[in-house]
Amino acid sequence: MIKYTKQHEWVAINDGDEKAAVGITDYAQKQLGDIVYVELPGIGVKVNKGDEAAVVESVKAAAEVYSPISGEILEVNENLADSPELINNEAEANGWFFKLAPSEESELEELMDKEGYDKYIGGLD
Amino acid sequence: MEEEVSDLNKTVLFDWHRSKGAKIVPFAGYHMPVYYGNGILKEHLHTRRKVSLFDISHMGQIELKGPNVYSDFEALVPADVFDLAENHCRYTQFTNDRGGIIDDFIVTKQSDSLNLVVNAACKMKDFTHLKAHLEGSIEIEKLDNYALLALQGPQSAEVLSKFCPEIKNLAFMTKQNALIKGINANISRSGYTGEDGFEISVKNSDCLDLVDILTSEPDVEPAGLGARDTLRLEAGLCLYGNDLDESITPVEANLTWTIGKQKRLEGGFLGDDKILSQLRDGPEKKRIGICLSGKVPARSGADILDGEGSSIGTISSGGYSPTLQKPIAMGYVTLNSAKLNEKIQIIVRKKRLEATIIKTPFVEPNYYKTSKKK
Repeated sequence: MIKYTKQHEWVAINDGDEKAAVGITDYAQKQLGDIVYVELPGIGVKVNKGDEAAVVESVKAAAEVYSPISGEILEVNENLADSPELINNEAEANGWFFKLAPSEESELEELMDKEGYDKYIGGLD
Repeated sequence: MEEEVSDLNKTVLFDWHRSKGAKIVPFAGYHMPVYYGNGILKEHLHTRRKVSLFDISHMGQIELKGPNVYSDFEALVPADVFDLAENHCRYTQFTNDRGGIIDDFIVTKQSDSLNLVVNAACKMKDFTHLKAHLEGSIEIEKLDNYALLALQGPQSAEVLSKFCPEIKNLAFMTKQNALIKGINANISRSGYTGEDGFEISVKNSDCLDLVDILTSEPDVEPAGLGARDTLRLEAGLCLYGNDLDESITPVEANLTWTIGKQKRLEGGFLGDDKILSQLRDGPEKKRIGICLSGKVPARSGADILDGEGSSIGTISSGGYSPTLQKPIAMGYVTLNSAKLNEKIQIIVRKKRLEATIIKTPFVEPNYYKTSKKK
């Protein structure tokens, strides 16, 4: 299952998995342009839905990344330190930011699905 | 995410930018391309390696005419104007009576007039300033029917001289008229990237034809304001509104080299009291170049601390250098902290980042040099 926020984050979790991966959408990376640095959260940090969990720096500007759901950070994408361009190239796959253990499964239901998100960004341009 | 502003101006190339896939943003009252399909990094590196075309028609082009135009204008700028040769360009500023910078711009002496290219965001206040000081004796004309293009990069002379060979040896910071496939163009060897290059003023009605001619050359790619900003930062050039404003003097901005010899001795321009006293006693603060040790970019507004952790100033421009592949910045610090190779700290998101004061430009410029005749 993959869900989306209005702030252009995605969160993906497989059935039965205890980890949800979080990243920014392809739409978001296109808006930001070339990404040159990412600041990731610490392992073990507990975040609430909507908390600032990471910062992404493009050539032009810095942008906050908010956690789409609440939970404890279990893993961060170490590859982004040397290859932040992964976010430009594979935003919704290998460009993930962190994985967390969701504490409120119900929060996922409040987010948009792919169809809803595509409709949402369709109305932005 | 995007600001929806309907009453913005468009340059004559607006539709062309869109057809080239530009991301358009509001800038200084205009819809301007910030980058095209390739993104800022590629546009930046292409400009350093080959040649890029920038639409800078949002900038103000002004012509001043009148019997005493040179001497009257002299009183508004710290640069000497009297010794400027015809068709030569000079970088200077309008200063206020406190020595602060109203705008920074290029002035060119023409046979019976002066031509100014001023910042887009400042053109209305420049016009008001000029009217307040020169009206009556001097005719002030806004050249609104002219567009401005910048062709920048090491191959720019090779490209442009295909159409007008006479510009090949045009000296840096000089200007001449030329025909480009029948189009009347006023060409100066100047720019805002640190590279060799030209700024080309043409009638709005000829602009699209000229752009088609130039971009039909295989090595010419369009570049937007994003790359223009990263290129000028690497070249150590100030951006008005970030590095310069009405509270900062040319001495503080490390632009003392732009103050004329005669003016340093005799003053005779707005704010001369303050500027001459700063030349004598030193300013309170000074613009410096900064190299950060890590990978985190420091942006405008970030606080600067000295090695002991005391606040000494603020970042005025900062970001990622595509050429050096690391963050660079410029900022203002108290005079006694403004020492080369001094270790400093920058606060970004409440963290202290290690940094060093270094000389600007960050990237060695590649301006055209005329070979000296012995």
